Amino acid sequence: MKQFQYIRPITQQSVLAAIAQPGTKIIAGGSNLVDLMKHGVMTPDKLVDINKLPLRNVSTVKNGVHIGSLALNSQVAEDKQVVAKFPLLSQALNAGASAQLRNMATVGGNMMQRTRCPYFYDVALPCNKRNPGSGCGALEGFNRMHAIFGMSEQCIAVHPSDMAVAMAALDATVIIAGKKGERRLPFVDFHRLPGNTPQLDNNLAKDELIVAVEIPENNYAAHSHYLKIRDRASYAFALVSVAAALDIDNGTIRSARLAMGGVAHKPWRLTAAEKALVGKPANAASFEQAAQVAMQGAKAFKDNAFKLKLAPAAIIEALTHAAGLA
Amino acid sequence: MDEQYNEGLPDGQGQSAGNPRRDFLKKSTLLTAVALTPGVAVKAAENHVDEHVAAVFEKLPVDIEINGVKHNVLVEPRVTLLDLLREQLNLTGTKKGCDYGQCGACTVHVDGHRVNSCLTLAVMVDGKKVTTIEGLAKGDELHPMQEAFIKHDGFQCGYCTPGQIMSAVACVREGHAGSEMEIREYMSGNICRCGAYPNIVNAIMEVKAGGQQV
Ligand SMILES: Cc1cc2nc3c(=O)[nH]c(=O)nc-3n(C[C@H](O)[C@H](O)[C@H](O)COP(=O)(O)OP(=O)(O)OC[C@H]3O[C@@H](n4cnc5c(N)ncnc54)[C@H](O)[C@@H]3O)c2cc1C
Ligand code: SF4
Ligand code: FES
Ligand code: FES
Repeated sequence: MKQFQYIRPITQQSVLAAIAQPGTKIIAGGSNLVDLMKHGVMTPDKLVDINKLPLRNVSTVKNGVHIGSLALNSQVAEDKQVVAKFPLLSQALNAGASAQLRNMATVGGNMMQRTRCPYFYDVALPCNKRNPGSGCGALEGFNRMHAIFGMSEQCIAVHPSDMAVAMAALDATVIIAGKKGERRLPFVDFHRLPGNTPQLDNNLAKDELIVAVEIPENNYAAHSHYLKIRDRASYAFALVSVAAALDIDNGTIRSARLAMGGVAHKPWRLTAAEKALVGKPANAASFEQAAQVAMQGAKAFKDNAFKLKLAPAAIIEALTHAAGLA
Repeated sequence: MDEQYNEGLPDGQGQSAGNPRRDFLKKSTLLTAVALTPGVAVKAAENHVDEHVAAVFEKLPVDIEINGVKHNVLVEPRVTLLDLLREQLNLTGTKKGCDYGQCGACTVHVDGHRVNSCLTLAVMVDGKKVTTIEGLAKGDELHPMQEAFIKHDGFQCGYCTPGQIMSAVACVREGHAGSEMEIREYMSGNICRCGAYPNIVNAIMEVKAGGQQV
């Protein structure tokens, strides 16, 4: 690992001043950043440890829950309020990584973990995300894990977070601090598609800090399910994952939330499929139709065509579980 | 280096407790140390400072309690907790498997929580308590989880075992050893190349059922 400086400011103001300097990088749990630094993929000159900031609490706010960006993934997954009101988020968190990593991973770090693929990790290979203009090794290479939605010629990697898929489905808002004060950004607009800027994973500016994520109250707690499909039963990234949440009244779907992981450069919210479910009976026929709508525009590469079959099947399965029909 | 970082340096170093002069000296040394950290060789050359001296400045002081023993060590920011334990403190019970968070061989407890020490920077454990496999037994008396691993043959080559045992203890303490399924899920962060999984699960189930203090 390249040498770097390390500082540990105790105020938000000093963190903001520090990250405005070139070459600096925030470190929270370190589970993604240290990994990438060991591979030589990220080479900051100075780490700004934000763990002294008071951003670790999960608290109730008007109309929802406020989750500090330093709250640990394990802590949020087991938080009583989250388990009771947003079981989807709890399930998604527990589906991610391992118990050890969830004890390190923070909410802010989880969102900010790089959208990536194996080529991104190998500094000897071309990768537009790591080294813009060098080409995408995966495009013509081994692309089994890669995107089926929203990719560009520049990059076809997927965002690997489970937590973020649930947050996208649950209409979360990101609270961001910068030089000019705070701003709020809908979670679904936080991450980016690759387009012509594959080096950018999200819309957070270099000199901004994620302070918290807020999730509004909803009627989905009784009918939600996070389904993650991977190469082994646990401790592996998703091939495809689905966050499904239904508000069911007397067998009829009043509203629905659906998002997928492992299929795009960002958590992939399926708004058209959600709309297709509204007013329909909560049954297999409705779920199949929604899955069909969800898959419109999907496109596969050499090695990931299986996702075109796996994804709709996963959507149907997740909705079936959410509806309590499994 | 900006004044305001002063207070943010390794715990306690920034607070004005005790001897103010000593405190000032500590602070200024630290500021110099931090300001000098990378490219230090270049700076050393520019300033005609001996590189050997510069190397000393690259390190930061870390107060860390390991298995009940307090240590005050100097580490480069890039040193992981795993390397500090193994290379600097000779606590080689904690193993390096993958070095990238993928196997769990390096599992230790930091302030009671299991983490992967290979992805933990040692400077970030400043002021915390670490327990490694060496810290589980009480003298000659093995920890119940160690006993159970022996009884159930919870290993073959033994390389993953320290990590498995640290993880297993945490698994029981966290309340995630309620069933075989739950144990398998919550132990998934520890890979065993020898495939001792069924015996590991049995060992954990026995400790859990025994209700001993773990
Ligand atoms: C072996 C392995 C398996 C994994 N499996 C999964 C999985 O199955 N599912 C899954 O979802 N994840 C998985 N992960 C990823 C893991 O969830 C992330 O590494 C973790 O969430 C990152 O959080 P952190 O706090 O450690 O971030 P760090 O590594 O500290 O930081 C990551 C990035 O976020 C930035 N950052 C952190 N906090 C903030 C903030 N408040 N404001 C602005 N920027 C910030 C940092 O600058 C850095 O760029 C896995 C990781 C490993 C190593
Ligand atoms: S898919 Fe993206 S991350 Fe992977 S090689 Fe191509 S540009 Fe790099
Ligand atoms: S050595 Fe740390 S997880 Fe493998
Ligand atoms: S006992 Fe050999 S790796 Fe687990």
